[in-house]
Amino acid sequence: MSATVPLSHRVAGKRQETHDTWTLTLEPADEGLPTFAPGQFAMLYSFGTGEVPISISSNLAEDAALRHTVRAVGAVTEAICSLEEGEAIGARGPFGSAWPVLEAEGRDVIVVAGGIGLAPLRPVIYHVLAHRERYGRLVVAYGGRAPSELLYVDELAEWRGRFDVDLDVAVDTAGPDWRGRVGVVTTLIPRAEFDPGNAVAFVCGPEVMIRFVAAELTAAGMTSDSIHVSLERSMKCAVGHCGHCQLRELFICKDGPVFRYARVEPLMRVRAL
Amino acid sequence: MDELLGQVPVFGELSAEHRATISGCGRNQVFQPDAYLMREGDPAELFYVIREGTVALETFVPQRGAVTLQTLHGGDLLGWSWLFPPYRTAFDGRALDTVHALQFDGTCLRGKSDSDPSLGYDLLKLFAAVIIQRLQHTRLQLLDLYAESPAATPGRT
Repeated sequence: MSATVPLSHRVAGKRQETHDTWTLTLEPADEGLPTFAPGQFAMLYSFGTGEVPISISSNLAEDAALRHTVRAVGAVTEAICSLEEGEAIGARGPFGSAWPVLEAEGRDVIVVAGGIGLAPLRPVIYHVLAHRERYGRLVVAYGGRAPSELLYVDELAEWRGRFDVDLDVAVDTAGPDWRGRVGVVTTLIPRAEFDPGNAVAFVCGPEVMIRFVAAELTAAGMTSDSIHVSLERSMKCAVGHCGHCQLRELFICKDGPVFRYARVEPLMRVRAL
Repeated sequence: MDELLGQVPVFGELSAEHRATISGCGRNQVFQPDAYLMREGDPAELFYVIREGTVALETFVPQRGAVTLQTLHGGDLLGWSWLFPPYRTAFDGRALDTVHALQFDGTCLRGKSDSDPSLGYDLLKLFAAVIIQRLQHTRLQLLDLYAESPAATPGRT
């Protein structure tokens, strides 16, 4: 009954990513949740505080452990981020659609992330790296607010050092000690080398960023059918009953959060939704 | 110079005649790390096409020090203040690594544009396209999109 009843888990590991963001590793106290696919999310329950949807950010190619990167921006996420190792947390899932990594086989993969949007895409990067021979180029374009707010800095350094990953990072603002790029993530796309006619893009970040990234990708020659985006709305039930996350005929929790851009592009231009 | 300029995408639309005129006002320059290509407040007489390396556009903010507003890279244009009065450079341009650039005498080109309006029109179209793109990027930066998790925004959960 993991769909509606949270199963008890313990915090098995905790790593601080930035001043307000932590990655938690969870282990089941008893029964575990089914295996997640990249792009899916869990409802994490801070006992006595509330529940929030958080994407899986595990390296699923290595193990099926639940890892979630959580940014403390409200009562529930602050409670979750303040949990220490060994403390209890509820989890239910997996929910939602997944990044279509099989559809991308044989093609270039373009991963575009903004801010904490890298967390749901981390499993995609690891999936491609674990099956490197099945994919063409792997381009990772990551935009952040500032150097101190970038996630997974050790992994970014590791990916940057690989010959089979084309990683580029841009931050919105930086001091003089930052030697990398300053600018919006969209500026990275025209510089990336890929075959737009044989590429699949996975995009996650603020919705405005998604629109502008999609515009750059289509300007580069990709079709909106080959662009996949992860949308966020206020989710409560996660099973398509409550309607909190409704986007006209779509329930983000059940039909998404990963959508083909061609499907949601018209809806993203409707202000009332 | 003409051949080098022809390899820069933003100059690709220019006629061979206009490209040759612009090339006549240019030369190759190399800047060592931390060298300034331009300084805020100085007369704006030059512009650059970066061939290799990274240039940080900076301004000094009291209590914060130098803040990088944007970085420019291979193929990017740097400097348009020479086109418009009062012909003053608005920001510092500092090389973050070894920068190879084509340097152009904007004052000279402004004079040639006055006597050949078709050259001026082509130059303005070229720079306007760059300015529009930078303005759009700046607007996105102003939104400060990553300040708060979009997932948590509706209910601040």
